[in-house]
Amino acid sequence: MASKIKRLLALGAVVLTTAALAWAGADDQPKASGAPKPVITKAVKGEQCVEPTDYMRRNHMKVLNHHRDEAVIEGVRTKKHSLKECINCHASETTGSVAASKDDFCVSCHSYAAVKIDCFDCHSTKPQASSAMHPLNAETAHYKHKLAAQANAKVSAEEMAGIAQ
Amino acid sequence: MSELKPMSEQAPNSPERRRFINAATATAAGLAIAPGVMLYEVAHGRPEEQAASSAVRWGMLVDATKCATGCDDCVSACSTENGWTPVAESAHPKQAPQWIRKLELQDPLTQMETNLPMMCQHCAEPPCVDVCPTGASFKRADGIVLVNRHTCIGCRYCMMACPYKARSLVHESLNDTQKPDVPRGIGCVESCTFCVQKIDRGDGTTACVEACTAAGHNALVFGDMNDPESEISKRLRELPTKQVRADLNLNLGVRYHGI
Repeated sequence: MASKIKRLLALGAVVLTTAALAWAGADDQPKASGAPKPVITKAVKGEQCVEPTDYMRRNHMKVLNHHRDEAVIEGVRTKKHSLKECINCHASETTGSVAASKDDFCVSCHSYAAVKIDCFDCHSTKPQASSAMHPLNAETAHYKHKLAAQANAKVSAEEMAGIAQ
Repeated sequence: MSELKPMSEQAPNSPERRRFINAATATAAGLAIAPGVMLYEVAHGRPEEQAASSAVRWGMLVDATKCATGCDDCVSACSTENGWTPVAESAHPKQAPQWIRKLELQDPLTQMETNLPMMCQHCAEPPCVDVCPTGASFKRADGIVLVNRHTCIGCRYCMMACPYKARSLVHESLNDTQKPDVPRGIGCVESCTFCVQKIDRGDGTTACVEACTAAGHNALVFGDMNDPESEISKRLRELPTKQVRADLNLNLGVRYHGI
């Protein structure tokens, strides 16, 4: 009998404490807003994604993985589902990248969802420079490495003076 | 291998006829499309939605008699095209990735010097593919030996297996310095890809060959070894060539003349 009363009292105490906590909580935090929502910037180029937006939000990883295997193993490099084309459209105007700062297209959602992206351990996060975009730049391709070497070379004082004049 | 292909028994009877048919079809394709630019595409390009085909086998001929002493244009062109840091500029030269390197050899008896570039030989029977525990190291249908970085675990068995010391591991993070066309990253093995991004684009050549030709040495020829009318096939028919470590019977995609 005594144990029954004890159990009832304990139950009562628990109910009261919970109610008190809930009341206090309701006062302190009227509405929990959660983590800050991801910033989704509209693609710089293009009006519409290659697939409907809702589909891409849920399935972009499947689309990319499928294309990845075909591209690497079979050499089928179609543009439609290629990561390179995603980056070409979605690179941020300020950083020029999809993953350089926390508000950039890929990083923004992935940090909100707490899903790590491995893509950019290997893939460039920036679109290709416009000069290299031409598919058959055979004439300049011969000299590309020399041009790059020149770009790295230090400019002499005479040349600088010439430019200044 | 030969017993798996009963069709090959018929082929040797009429090589002349086959060559004629090939030439005829090539001419027909050229006529159908018109000017010279398109002929080039017929020879090398394939539609982007079409997979690499085993009808093609990409290969390279290195003419060591034309390879100049002290010239490393092929190496710097490769580094620029594929985005790997030249070994001399690397913070850790001993472990720096190297897709192609220049060798200078000297015969100890005669003091004759030979220059040649050494890179992945794109074997038809690649030992690196045999040993790979994850299937990351693979040979594409058109004979290019590649590493699928999505499955590479960086174990480096392939580096041990390669008789040509052609592969490297990326030891350090590359910090977004990769080329958009050439993904590469820490913890993966890599090597010469025959500029697979250029091949798939339809260039039909590689950065090193372009550089060698631009420098006027013409020591490198690249092309389809399965096409009897290609430049490389013609040169291979005329010149005596060797495979490095031919004793291993790997049927190499890179052939050397003058070694």
